[in-house]
Amino acid sequence: MAKKRKKSKSSRRKFIRTGITLGALTVTGSGIVSSLAKEEEQDSEKIKLLNQDGKLVEVASSKIKLYHKPAVSKKARKGISGRKFVMVIDLSKCGNARKCIDSCQKGHNLATDQEWIRVHLMKDNQQSDPYWFPKPCYHCDNPPCVKVCPVGATFKRSDNCVLIDVNRCIGCKFCISACPYSVRIFNWKDRYSYREKDTDYSPETSVPGQVGTVGKCDFCPDKSRNGELPYCISSCPMGALYFGDINEDTITNGDETLRFKKTIEERAGYRYLEELGTEPNVYYLPPVDRMYPFERGLKDLTEEQKARYNNVISKLQSDNETGQ
Amino acid sequence: MKPDNKNKNLINEFTPFLERPDKVWFLKISVLFLFIAIGFYAFYVQVKKGHIVTGMRDHVVWGIYIINFIFFLGLSYAGALISCIFHLARIQWGKPLMRMLEMTATISLVIAPVYILLCIGRVDRLHHLLIYARIQSPITWDVIAIVTDLFFCFVFLYFTHIRDFARLRDLPEIKVSRWRKRLYRFLALGYRNTPEQAKYLNQALDIMAAIIIPTSIIAYSLLAWLFGMNLRPGWHSSIFAPYFVLTAVYSGIALLIVIMWIYRKVYNLEKYITIEHFYYLGFVLIILDLFYGYFTFSEYITEWYNSQKTPTLLLYKFFNFSEYGGLFIFSNFIAAFLPLIIIGIPWFRSVKSITITSALVIVALWIKRYLIIVPTLETPYIPIQDNRAEWVHYSATWVEWALTLAGIATFILFFIFSSKIAPIIPVSAMEDKTKKIKIFYHKKN
Repeated sequence: MAKKRKKSKSSRRKFIRTGITLGALTVTGSGIVSSLAKEEEQDSEKIKLLNQDGKLVEVASSKIKLYHKPAVSKKARKGISGRKFVMVIDLSKCGNARKCIDSCQKGHNLATDQEWIRVHLMKDNQQSDPYWFPKPCYHCDNPPCVKVCPVGATFKRSDNCVLIDVNRCIGCKFCISACPYSVRIFNWKDRYSYREKDTDYSPETSVPGQVGTVGKCDFCPDKSRNGELPYCISSCPMGALYFGDINEDTITNGDETLRFKKTIEERAGYRYLEELGTEPNVYYLPPVDRMYPFERGLKDLTEEQKARYNNVISKLQSDNETGQ
Repeated sequence: MKPDNKNKNLINEFTPFLERPDKVWFLKISVLFLFIAIGFYAFYVQVKKGHIVTGMRDHVVWGIYIINFIFFLGLSYAGALISCIFHLARIQWGKPLMRMLEMTATISLVIAPVYILLCIGRVDRLHHLLIYARIQSPITWDVIAIVTDLFFCFVFLYFTHIRDFARLRDLPEIKVSRWRKRLYRFLALGYRNTPEQAKYLNQALDIMAAIIIPTSIIAYSLLAWLFGMNLRPGWHSSIFAPYFVLTAVYSGIALLIVIMWIYRKVYNLEKYITIEHFYYLGFVLIILDLFYGYFTFSEYITEWYNSQKTPTLLLYKFFNFSEYGGLFIFSNFIAAFLPLIIIGIPWFRSVKSITITSALVIVALWIKRYLIIVPTLETPYIPIQDNRAEWVHYSATWVEWALTLAGIATFILFFIFSSKIAPIIPVSAMEDKTKKIKIFYHKKN
């Protein structure tokens, strides 16, 4: 009974969602509309739209936001032309608020145990202080995962993104073991969210996922197409994550916009495990002038979540006991 | 070239094994089928619920399936390699063992790929391996290697059987059903042992043997590179390919001794599989054991000496008894020292002790593969920080064990079936008593 109700509810929701997307698409999907939009700004022409209740309404076309569909199939393998996406993570700002993880999971329809961006607690050596270390996919220029894929399900694009086509993936997991940064995760069981038939799958959105295939951070190129920032970037309360374009030489965390090259130069930006030769596209700014002690990051965690950092915390305690 | 009466007795000795089986045989078969049925059920559960029912998780993405894959493939390549060397070198005492080796090679080569299929999340998309094949991927190398080797092994196995099929076809008194007789007639391909036919068959066997030796070495090296090509401490090592090949031959010889012992016991083949066979192979085992110890030592000492961060962490796990210390010591003591002690010291040496040592070596080498795969995957560059213990440490579930046992049961079952169809000792080759080494490509002076 409960299942049935759930189903009918979801189908209603599905219908509504389809209605919105269909409506939006019919009006805005193509370039013709964009030219229309410009004209309408002057004489504010009204456009007829189908609303959620299935009624036709008139909306001023200047109010309509242009919606670019994410690329599918072969187009999705090419990348957005002229772009070279890059991420910069300021380690001095990260306090393990885990907001990036939450919003990423929401945006990609993931379960709470599927983390496409992880926050590690790092301690490089005995003298150095621990620091929080967010780890998305590095979208390497020389990606080991792409090299080993037997079917070309994972691929490197011209805009730096390394994406996965789950329609092609056979789930051999070779890419997971090949990635030296342990970024990729496997969809071990079927989930309700995978069965959303109304969402068109695109490697750019990575939604819906599929059981028995691999998933990972995709740099949200579908958001970039619409001039938005990836989920993790816009949700970080500290503004620790910056996203941008090497070609434009700009990075932004939503509040401030910086020059990419200058930032890396002045603040000694580095790439993690550079010596592996994978040429990552995620840069880290070293944790200098920390905004607050790392313990703050443990404060809001549940006991279970705290347990995951035991390998570092236990080391810290033993160091304290020995007197240092 | 008609076999004389004395030789005719040889095949007659083996015909009872080919005729109608007794009740015990059926009992054995049904027990094996039971294991296979449980395996099928486990497979059904895995397909139905997804890979979540296995112990594999995001970090340890490959579990005992891939270990079984390496293990069976190793047995297969070893069997092929040793039998072809025996054949080409015309080792006379190796003649009775040829068929066991070839059966091992072919049967395990059929079983091994099944385990890789169990690892794959979307078996329904297997055809993607062909339509989207990328030659850059080591998996594609492996697919090509296994298919090639499977073909060669089957051909070689069949060629070595032709003479025996012809002999069985010409035995009027053999009590087998009509379809079996027809089968023998069909499979013998009209072979009458005329000098010309014999010459061509011998040439074909020599060519196949010469092809299979490099093929099996290359194929197993490719498998080693499947791991060696990964940027992972513990795998990324140039020693991997020769190490794998050596380990394979080592496990193959050990398995051969065990199979020899079983058939000797069950079929009373003391006349053909003698104590000397056990001793000779025991000495081979010692040599391989020394090589294995040398390779193992060489691998760990280089990793240990320079104390890089992640490899050192991995080595700590091998010497920590709360992690893999027990398995590590057990596996390496047995694989690197036990044959040396038991077979090396004459006082311990006997058919039984050699067999038990071999069986232990097989287990130790399986564990060795476990130690290659699991701890390495548990020790990535960035230490695993996960709050779910089962996602950090791998432990195989009943599904994986059931399918492992099903694989072993299938191996035994195929062996039993095949020794019902043709004698387990290559009878015609044994009948050929010529001691002189035949070289088919010699120049006529």
